[in-house]
Amino acid sequence: MSAHSVTEPSPASKWIAGILVGLYAVITLIPLIWIISTSFKSGPDSISYPPKVVFEPTLEGYVNLFTTQSRPSAEDLAKLPAPTTWYDKITRERGMIISGPSRFGQRFLNSVIIGFGSTFLSIFLGTLAAFAFSRFKVPLKDDLLFFILSTRMMPPIAVAIPIYLMFRQLGLSDTHLGMILLYTAVNLSLSVWLLKGFIDEIPREYEEAALIDGYTRFQAFYKVVLPQAATGIASTAIFCLIFAWNEYAFAVLLTSGNAQTAPPFIPTILSVGGGIDWPAVAAAATLFLLPVIIFTVLLRKHLLRGITFGAVRK
Amino acid sequence: MAEVVLSSIRKSFGATRALDDVVMTVPDGAFVVLLGPTGAGKSTLLRLVSGLDTQDSGDIRIAGQSMAGLTPAQRNVAMVFQQYSLYPHMTVRQNLEFPLKSPLLRTPQAVIDQKVKAIAEVLQIAHKLDNRATALSGGEMQRVSIGRALVRNPQIYLMDEPLSSLDAKLRADLRVELKNIQARSGATFLYVTHDQIEAMTMATHVGVLKEGRLVQFGSPREIYEAPVSIYAATRLGQPRINVLPAHLFPGASAGAHTIGLRPEHILQGEGQEAKVVRVEHLGDQTRLHLILGEYPIITVTDAHTALKGGDIIKIQPHQPIYFDAAGMRLV
Repeated sequence: MSAHSVTEPSPASKWIAGILVGLYAVITLIPLIWIISTSFKSGPDSISYPPKVVFEPTLEGYVNLFTTQSRPSAEDLAKLPAPTTWYDKITRERGMIISGPSRFGQRFLNSVIIGFGSTFLSIFLGTLAAFAFSRFKVPLKDDLLFFILSTRMMPPIAVAIPIYLMFRQLGLSDTHLGMILLYTAVNLSLSVWLLKGFIDEIPREYEEAALIDGYTRFQAFYKVVLPQAATGIASTAIFCLIFAWNEYAFAVLLTSGNAQTAPPFIPTILSVGGGIDWPAVAAAATLFLLPVIIFTVLLRKHLLRGITFGAVRK
Repeated sequence: MAEVVLSSIRKSFGATRALDDVVMTVPDGAFVVLLGPTGAGKSTLLRLVSGLDTQDSGDIRIAGQSMAGLTPAQRNVAMVFQQYSLYPHMTVRQNLEFPLKSPLLRTPQAVIDQKVKAIAEVLQIAHKLDNRATALSGGEMQRVSIGRALVRNPQIYLMDEPLSSLDAKLRADLRVELKNIQARSGATFLYVTHDQIEAMTMATHVGVLKEGRLVQFGSPREIYEAPVSIYAATRLGQPRINVLPAHLFPGASAGAHTIGLRPEHILQGEGQEAKVVRVEHLGDQTRLHLILGEYPIITVTDAHTALKGGDIIKIQPHQPIYFDAAGMRLV
């Protein structure tokens, strides 16, 4: 007879599970690791064959990503004063000078404004709508909910042309507001449905207790329901952000200069003068990943279930 | 401190009639215990008075003022829920402070601290104040839930089986404490319980509900000694009243169908022969389980009785209550 209990898995099965999970993690992480390491390689290192696993790290890719550069003639270069900053130095070593900032910073900022703006709006409207659907007698509730979900039943891009025309008419083309509204509209069905599920699980008794304790319905919602829906709000927010952040098709179609987000911009780096600048592309991809990762890590503690259990007797 | 007047209250949930023409006047400062089995409408009644639900018809007046259209907050009632309903994201202290911090009361922090401390001591949860509400045992949660009602000074306290999951000693302590609070504050209590002793010791009035109807309303003594029906008679009394065919004993009044005998209303020594089935020594008294013909009967006798299973004793009724075929009392 083995000594462990029925509920506790045996050490052997724990080991097997651990190895499988580890393998899976390695397989999924290799492309990421490769992108991140490429972003710190020099141009020649990035395309060397066989690929270099050990290399001398450089910020060349990041400098190229954020700047536009030109190649002066040798005598012009010699006349220039010595480079003063670290990024000037990196550029000068390759016989180039920085002629100005690239548009990447601006595009990245657009992504942040549009991504987080639409996420906030989706969650704000979604939570209120989900609460109403969960708690109030809404006429034709089931039909409305189905209707909301039905907007998700075709690929959003199928309505690209009507939206394009509508945006042109309303002057929303290539504006931050337009993109925020569009992504919010797409995300709202998801957020209403997800959040309704979470709010349904919060017993009404808590709000009733708050009503008795002298609070209005909205105060009860704000002080009692919202903190308990934090888990649902956090996970829904992550889904909304990931969609808005990664969206490519509408961004290509509806933005060009002013409100262009990072996804349509990054491929344009591929074709900058002559060879492909792989370190710069990898640097863009790495930076592009960061906000979503940071956002997820920040909300991680809310993703852990358990805080809402226990104080109502079932 | 307020009189509660319910007039012709009706409430249905779909096809189910939860309350049917309930008329009841709860005097100012009364402690009303509502009795009835699950589904009789006790909790519904509390919810209507609190304002969490609205009656289909009828009027509720508190202190002379109609409650129609008023929110729970505006009614200034405190309620202890059967399911505790502690806020799980708050500590015990925050739970107790919550009603005091409401826009209704806006209590200064110094007063809050003092009140929370006092109530925590009464309920013996002072050492748990900084625990999360979810990290408590069932009995502790129930005490916090009572505390959340008691920190306030409302017109009416509504309590739905507030002592049900406490151990016997704590329950006895809190029974006394609730009674003290009521005496001190003069507040009106509407209280749901299944516990016989709670009903008898705490109530100034007992309301007996049956399938949404108020069948009897009066003092506990009145309900106990002069129940209007078999149903009302069986709500109070532990052990329960013996309900037997009227012909079992001589002297039944005309039209009597059944006879109701409280266990203490059975005299021994003369009358019908009954066999002792079981003897239960409870310390202060002894319960005898008898069998008379085919009918089981429970009676009480003195603590040190020598009777044992198999003995034959003679019994006769004393102050019996007779009921007609419909179960209504014959007077």
